Amino acid sequence: MTVALDIRDRITSFFKEVGDLSFFAGRFFKEFFKPPFEFNELLRQCYSVGNRSMTLVGITGFIIGLVLTLQTRPTMIEFGAVSWMPDMVGISIVREVGPVVIALICAGRIASGMGAELGSMRVTEQIDAMEVSGTNPFNYLVVTRITATTLMVPLLVLFGDILALYGSSLVEYFKGDVSFQLYFNEVFNSLEYGDLIPATIKSFFFGFAIGLVGCYKGYFCKKGTVGVGKAANTAVVMASMLIFILDFIAVFISDIFYEL
Amino acid sequence: MKEANDIATVMTKPQGEEIMIDIKDLRKSFGDNHVLRGFNMTLFKGENLVIMGKSGSGKSVMIKCLIGLMAPDSGSINVMGKDVTRLDQDSLDELRTDVGFLFQGSALYDSMTVRENLEFPLRRHKKRFEGNLNAEKRVMEALGNVGLAHAVDLMPSELSGGMKRRVALARTLIMQPKIILYDEPTSGLDPITSKEIIELMRNIQRKYETSSLIITHDVDCARVISERMILLVDGINYAEGTFNELAKAKDQQIQAFFK
Ligand SMILES: Nc1ncnc2c1ncn2[C@@H]1O[C@H](COP(=O)(O)OP(=O)(O)OP(=O)(O)O)[C@@H](O)[C@H]1O
Ligand SMILES: [Mg+2]
Repeated sequence: MTVALDIRDRITSFFKEVGDLSFFAGRFFKEFFKPPFEFNELLRQCYSVGNRSMTLVGITGFIIGLVLTLQTRPTMIEFGAVSWMPDMVGISIVREVGPVVIALICAGRIASGMGAELGSMRVTEQIDAMEVSGTNPFNYLVVTRITATTLMVPLLVLFGDILALYGSSLVEYFKGDVSFQLYFNEVFNSLEYGDLIPATIKSFFFGFAIGLVGCYKGYFCKKGTVGVGKAANTAVVMASMLIFILDFIAVFISDIFYEL
Repeated sequence: MKEANDIATVMTKPQGEEIMIDIKDLRKSFGDNHVLRGFNMTLFKGENLVIMGKSGSGKSVMIKCLIGLMAPDSGSINVMGKDVTRLDQDSLDELRTDVGFLFQGSALYDSMTVRENLEFPLRRHKKRFEGNLNAEKRVMEALGNVGLAHAVDLMPSELSGGMKRRVALARTLIMQPKIILYDEPTSGLDPITSKEIIELMRNIQRKYETSSLIITHDVDCARVISERMILLVDGINYAEGTFNELAKAKDQQIQAFFK
């Protein structure tokens, strides 16, 4: 009985959360076109997003490329397909591994940061203070942050992809005697617009989702210091989940286009 | 429950004066916690009205409803002729530039310097000044009013509690509001600093002729600054009158405030 009630509560609160989040997204689009446009604040947020995650994204990208190549090499040799290595690695990184893994890292780094930052502003009544001076904190705090992540996450994905390919090419260089030029030629020859475009569009959506969830959790943070921790924590969980869901939808849609 | 009128003389101000804020039958509950149960209040132009009440009696809730941070369950809130509960976002923001709010915890923006804290509302309301915005002059004037001109480039984390409160007061003043709402301006400060803050509030009131609503449970603060007082007990305006009238009242609930 209590279990059933508990499940029912969870389901209702899940749908309520989805509703609130959609409402929050709607408000973003409404406020986006309202003056004043805070260009300096947007730049500051872009810098902070990039600065916060660049090192982590770079290192992770590099290692993923390295490991992916090292581990698939023996199998490829067995099938006599080792010359396909750049194609295989290039496509899998650009299409799937790069965007998803890097978006997940950004979720951990950026969504939690924004959740904590806005959360503590909420708790110390700074957001209320902006509200009562009629300065529209949503426009100033949320619009700039979501725009920043939407613009920056695709760039970070690009950066991570490049380092992953570089890592992979290092393995090929040392183990397979493939020159960098040949390697990258192969990669670019194998990549088609059908790989690049969906991956890029997807990255923009990932960026939007990360900013959206981070701001949403922080903006509606519960009072008290526990609230701030919880906002940061749930922001990561929810952003990661949303990334997987968006990825599923993206794969589904690009599959339809592919078949046309 | 007693009617407010039984206990003390209502309205020490003459009738017919301009009304800045008028609250009628304000009610607000959080679940089973009925915080406000029909609160009434009128703030006249140019006066200092003090509202006293125990901790948790709903003073902050009342003032938050007043400025539109919280939606009341029922009742009407009229600020300078406008019904706060019915305004859309833009008109509410417009109205809010005429109302200053000093938070219980100062609420300075901790990622900005003192200067940026003060500039922020000016910058966001730039349109209203039609190019006549001399931000630097206004910032220095507001800081000068609270005696902190030297702290203009410090971060909030580098200020003491008393200094923070003063910067918050300067930030409230910078839009030159017609009404200032103070939520416990002296809470968490030592008696000497409290006196300084109270003195500042009086100077500001004299200089800019603002109308002030002051929430406090500091009897000394109330004595010095109040022209009229309302006691908030059990979610209603339990008693009204001047400080002296209330201090002399026989009622136990009222006496409890003045011990
Ligand atoms: N957002 C909220 N959600 C639920 N209950 C709340 C909320 N805000 C206030 N309350 C409740 O309303 C009551 C009044 O709170 P309020 O903050 O107005 O007290 P106060 O009179 O300002 O006290 P203090 O002097 O300590 O500041 C308290 O019982 C509090 O628990
Ligand atoms: Mg309070």
